[in-house]
Amino acid sequence: MRWLLLKDLQILRRSPLVTALLVIYPIAIAVLIGFALSRGPEKPRVAFLNEVPTGTPLNLGGKNFDVVGARSELCDKIDCIPVSSEQQARDMVQSGDVLGALILPPDLVTRLESLAGLSPQQPYVRVLVNEEDPVKAGLVDDRISSLVTRANLKISKAVVGTAASYLDLIVNGGNLSLLGQTIDILGLSKAGGILHAIAAELGPHDPFAQPLQQVITFSRLAEQNLNLAKPLLRSVAHPIAVRKDIVSGSPPSLDTFAIAVAATFTLMFVTVLLVAGSLALEREENAFARLTRGLVGRFALLGEKIALGVVASIAVTLVMLAGLSIFVEVDWSRVGLFLPAIVLGGAAWAAFGAAIGAGAGEVRASSLLAFMVSLPIAFLSLVPSGTVSAGLFHALEVVRALFPFHAAETALSAALDPAASGLGPALVHLAVLALAYTALARVALRRFS
Amino acid sequence: MSEQASAAIEVRDVVKRFGGREALRGVSFNAARGEVIAVIGPNGAGKTTLLSILAGIRRPDSGTVSQPPGEVGFVPQQAALYRRLTVAENLRLFARLEKVPDVEGAVNRMLEQTSLAERSDDQVATLSGGNQQRVNIAIGLLAKPAALLLDEPTTGLDPRQRERLWEFVLALAGAGTTVIFSTHNIAEAERYGNRLLVLADGESLFDGSPSELHAAAGGSDSDFERAFVAFLRQKGH
Repeated sequence: MRWLLLKDLQILRRSPLVTALLVIYPIAIAVLIGFALSRGPEKPRVAFLNEVPTGTPLNLGGKNFDVVGARSELCDKIDCIPVSSEQQARDMVQSGDVLGALILPPDLVTRLESLAGLSPQQPYVRVLVNEEDPVKAGLVDDRISSLVTRANLKISKAVVGTAASYLDLIVNGGNLSLLGQTIDILGLSKAGGILHAIAAELGPHDPFAQPLQQVITFSRLAEQNLNLAKPLLRSVAHPIAVRKDIVSGSPPSLDTFAIAVAATFTLMFVTVLLVAGSLALEREENAFARLTRGLVGRFALLGEKIALGVVASIAVTLVMLAGLSIFVEVDWSRVGLFLPAIVLGGAAWAAFGAAIGAGAGEVRASSLLAFMVSLPIAFLSLVPSGTVSAGLFHALEVVRALFPFHAAETALSAALDPAASGLGPALVHLAVLALAYTALARVALRRFS
Repeated sequence: MSEQASAAIEVRDVVKRFGGREALRGVSFNAARGEVIAVIGPNGAGKTTLLSILAGIRRPDSGTVSQPPGEVGFVPQQAALYRRLTVAENLRLFARLEKVPDVEGAVNRMLEQTSLAERSDDQVATLSGGNQQRVNIAIGLLAKPAALLLDEPTTGLDPRQRERLWEFVLALAGAGTTVIFSTHNIAEAERYGNRLLVLADGESLFDGSPSELHAAAGGSDSDFERAFVAFLRQKGH
């Protein structure tokens, strides 16, 4: 077997273009996919046009808001690209330089302040978007909605605070500033005390005693109910809190997930294409008949091809991890865990490639078949639960069980990140798949003769 | 010594089926040491199937094949070579797989016999069809087999290359190697075969010398190919 393995490595060495494509292309694709998956637009680029006159203070219900601080907070959530005109913002959105544009109109502060006054006007912000595809449209909607919801929450807290202070004034009394004048408000609590004193002076048979008692009762009920209204208002300002309980799964970090996905894509492309092509080449060069007439058994030939795939997997994946470790942290002390994951992942994909190569019988057909089968499997294996219907997800679980992508990704994630779990079962899964696809390839080899 | 005792290869009642189709129907013949046997017949006659059974690539459904103690060398119709490897690397690989005791000695011997020593470091892909076929045959001879099986060995070769190939093969036969080859070239079969084995639809129709086949066809036509076609027609093919 070792002579055949050496022969295949020699052939690879003699085909530098194919080898380079086989190694560089999947690594490039894998790294791009991995980072695209893990590094979503957490801080999307948004053009920001502030038309509110500089230095305009924002006062809601007597409380001053830090406008500069609010802008900084906003630009912490998105990558604000300041623009000087609406046309500039439109151009940037049109060209795709930014995901969207957020425009604060000149009267925004005035309208916001009116919310705490007697004639409120609905404040608004303007958003420019380029909905060139549904995914981008959905992303922009989600991001802008999220930002506006945060802003609304802050404002509603301020308005509720103002409303609560008015209620407090009605219940307990105090001073109210209105149109430059200070008005002294008695309050229901003090009014009740005065009424009680008057009722005591009148005596029980006084004709005003009964109506006065009705006013006292109304005043007490009003005070009690308005006191209850204050916590109710506060709960309206922030009605739902999130308490998260993890029921199952211990996910790896996004970086680890990206590395695992990238490595799994690399394993898949390199081993499937290499092994399928190498096995089909034995037939194309008419060597298969010569080899299997007693020189090499069919299982031994498959074993050699799978070994070739594993050797290539180890080399390419370690090179890729070394390259990735420049950008993200790879815990090399866990090499004893991720090496078995690479070996078994490579073996499972190599056996899958052998089945494809044996079934196709020609190098070009096997390469085409490898792409046609592998890519959909990879993407279907990445669909998370809850994002599709239950029936479809059950079907996807079958795909995950039958093909090595999900098991390889789980094994690599668990091997790379101590927070992730499931290394043992994933390795067993990969070993079973390697054996099953080897058996399938052996059956398919009958077509070679 | 009886014919059976001196036979290098002995084939008895070999039957091979592919699904419901019988590719070989009870074929029997012997091949002696140093004999050159041409297997001829129309397309689909079973020539390649017979050679692949003799080579051990396929197993017969019934019947027996006795082979000599030494290896049977097999040269497939199309060159079974790794085009990205050099001539010497191909020879060395197959010598190792054949478990030849002295690998380098065997490689040098075959390079000398095939007159390809000067091209030993050239990739097979750069060789002409004739030279590729010589390497193909050299691989079949690495283990010094007592019998050599050649499946349509001169297909795609020009007349000069064919002549050089036959000089080489006949020299092997002269040294005692049994040679069995299949061909569509009837003139080549007549010229180089000591014996002809005629197959049609998996059935053995004739086993004898070219002159005997000519006589069996009536002997009226001096052209051997026309005589062969007449013979097939007589037999209902």
